[in-house]
Amino acid sequence: MRHGKYPLLAAFLLPALGVYATFVISPYAQAFFIAMTDWQGLTSKFNMIGFNNFRYLLKDSYLWNALWHNILLMLLLPVLTIALGLFLASMLNVGNGKGRVRGVRGSAFYKVIFFAPQVLSVAIIGVLWKEIYNPRSGLLNGGLRAIGLDGLAKTWLGDPDYAFWAVLAVMVWANAGFYVVLFGAAMQSIPRDIYEAAALDGTSRWTTLWRITLPLVWDSVQVAWVYLAILALDGFALVQVMTRGGPNFSTDVVGQRMYDVAFGEFKFGQGSAIGVIMFFLTLSITVVALRLTRRERIEFS
Amino acid sequence: MSAHGSLIPAHHPPNPQPLSRRALLGTAAAAVAAPALLAGCAVGGDGTPDQAEGQKNAKNPLGVAEDAPLEVVIFNGGFGEDYAKAHEVMYKENFPKATINHSAVTEIGKTLQPRFIDGTPPDVINNSGAGQIDPGTLVAQGQLADLTDLLNAPSLDVAGKTVRQTLLPGAVETGSFDGKVFILNYAYTVYGIWYSTKLFNEKGWQYPKTWDEHIALCKTIKAAGIAPWTYQGLHPRYMSWPVISTAIKFAGPQVALDIDNLQPNAWKSEGMRMAADAWYQIVRDKYILEGSPGLDHKQSQTEWCNGKAAFISCGSWLENEQKAVTPAGFNMAVAPTPSLGKGDKLPFEAVRGTAGEPFVVPAKAKNLRGGMEYLRTMLSMKGAKDFTGKVSSLTIVAGSADGATLPFGLDSCVKVLKASGDKGFNWVYSTYYRKLERNLVDAACGEFFSGRIGPAEFLDKCQRGADEIAADPAFKKYKRTA
Repeated sequence: MRHGKYPLLAAFLLPALGVYATFVISPYAQAFFIAMTDWQGLTSKFNMIGFNNFRYLLKDSYLWNALWHNILLMLLLPVLTIALGLFLASMLNVGNGKGRVRGVRGSAFYKVIFFAPQVLSVAIIGVLWKEIYNPRSGLLNGGLRAIGLDGLAKTWLGDPDYAFWAVLAVMVWANAGFYVVLFGAAMQSIPRDIYEAAALDGTSRWTTLWRITLPLVWDSVQVAWVYLAILALDGFALVQVMTRGGPNFSTDVVGQRMYDVAFGEFKFGQGSAIGVIMFFLTLSITVVALRLTRRERIEFS
Repeated sequence: MSAHGSLIPAHHPPNPQPLSRRALLGTAAAAVAAPALLAGCAVGGDGTPDQAEGQKNAKNPLGVAEDAPLEVVIFNGGFGEDYAKAHEVMYKENFPKATINHSAVTEIGKTLQPRFIDGTPPDVINNSGAGQIDPGTLVAQGQLADLTDLLNAPSLDVAGKTVRQTLLPGAVETGSFDGKVFILNYAYTVYGIWYSTKLFNEKGWQYPKTWDEHIALCKTIKAAGIAPWTYQGLHPRYMSWPVISTAIKFAGPQVALDIDNLQPNAWKSEGMRMAADAWYQIVRDKYILEGSPGLDHKQSQTEWCNGKAAFISCGSWLENEQKAVTPAGFNMAVAPTPSLGKGDKLPFEAVRGTAGEPFVVPAKAKNLRGGMEYLRTMLSMKGAKDFTGKVSSLTIVAGSADGATLPFGLDSCVKVLKASGDKGFNWVYSTYYRKLERNLVDAACGEFFSGRIGPAEFLDKCQRGADEIAADPAFKKYKRTA
């Protein structure tokens, strides 16, 4: 029995492992190496310059500016998305009070609506919202003007004071739907009798959400938190489509910086160094987030 | 460095040895710890190519090997690829034994970067578009062939002239780096201020020749319920063109020379100060279409085509770009920037005309001679006329648009160029240091034309950008003297 086991296992594992090593581990390793060079990406010639790229980046105000935006995203995107997701999910699944545990009227329809952005690609979302934010013919300013709120109509993506928030709003919009479904599924698995007991005790909806639903879906919230934090560290695709980091670098993110430095300025060494920085940031954020959100599991019995 | 090596079992599957978890981790760790070996994959290996060469004679002055295959990569953008196919047919007429490998892509950089690293680039590249390979870096890395031989060769069909002698003045200089020509910019582009002659005729407006007339007309236009100006808000660098043009016309071409050569405080010269002060007027007096800063180039140009704004700054590709949304009879025309006053060094007619649409022959091209011969074919009168007919754009070959029926906007370009004559001017810092225009001056223009900063801060911001480039050793510095 034992003789045949390992070759068979190896035959299944090794090809997959090889593919993983070639296409995942090797590029990472190469990025670390390239980050130590002044490679310009057009010849096979480069000099080893040690940590010079990192030293340069440490004083690079553009990178710090971009990093600050990522930090803001990391603080705000999970909070806003999870809050919105939890609220909507609880309305859809346990929102209707009166002792019966079910969602508000038409919740199946709302689920489809909320989930819709999830099936669109980031590029389409970006283009779509670029048109919505169009200060002259866009839906947003048009709507504001139609209801007489002309004062609130802005140039959105053209104004450094608003562009970042406009992009953040799109991120929340694009992601909330997925978490509505995720939290919804978690809420569905909560035993109904807990809610019925709470209803008998006359708890308010808010207390129900805060004291019963939230603790029981905490695992999902934790996963959402890590996911969204990692997403906030990226943000590249949406920024690239909507603003390319502008106006005046007000929506720049680290991913966009890496792209500009590598593919715009052809400083691939420095670009890789930014990539390495991002790698460690993402790694540490994940570890920290998992630690902070760790809690005793609640067992349904 | 072709060591793909040591990379775990992937290359020698399947490993019959029992594999413990520890051994596996060890191998993985070794892979991470030995990046130098792995690096071969991304940055490795170029050989010295065998370059094809034939016998030079009167019919074949560049010494092309007649049967050497030729690979041409075209940027599939506003001009499409059909014009190139026509040039390839012409090349084949002269070298029937050559096979031509044609491809057209939109992302030149991403497609061709690996081939440069590998040392096997194609023979001719139309290095254009937003995804172009930074020309300054290409030159600095010695990746491009010096085109002097081509320029000194006799023209294919203009008797008694060398290729160089058939070109418009200033055309070669745009591709020159430290005195050598590495890039052939094939299309001739006029940069100026565009307006609809239909609108102006209907309203009885005259295109303004002086700054005072311009401001007075802006007032009239605004009173008529139209915004005098709009601009490509999310790409505000388009507005740096009229500002610099105004400065050059006021203080002479030295303004551009200093900017290109990264002279200290070049952006804060008297000419630039006067120009920035003048242009600030259209911001301060609210002559710019509301919301412009939030529009991208297509959105703003469409507002302009729809008659919501009277003026827009752009290059001569505008007509082609807006084809689908331009109303019939709109009749767009280009004009030079207004003169600041009587003291201007250059006349009103002086306009920024420059060669664009870069073509290069890589230094390591297998058929380098053939690549140059292909450019010589493009620069023949026949090749140039065919291009103008196919894509409605001028070329750098003098007289190649003569006798052709041109669309309204392009026709206005020809007239403006003729009037400008030898007073035309240009700058090339945007080619030397792509980042300076695309990112830094761009950001400054955005702040300035949306009214968040004044003219002095605007020039400070541009200067800071130029100083950053000057201080960064990663950018090779270029100088020009004329």
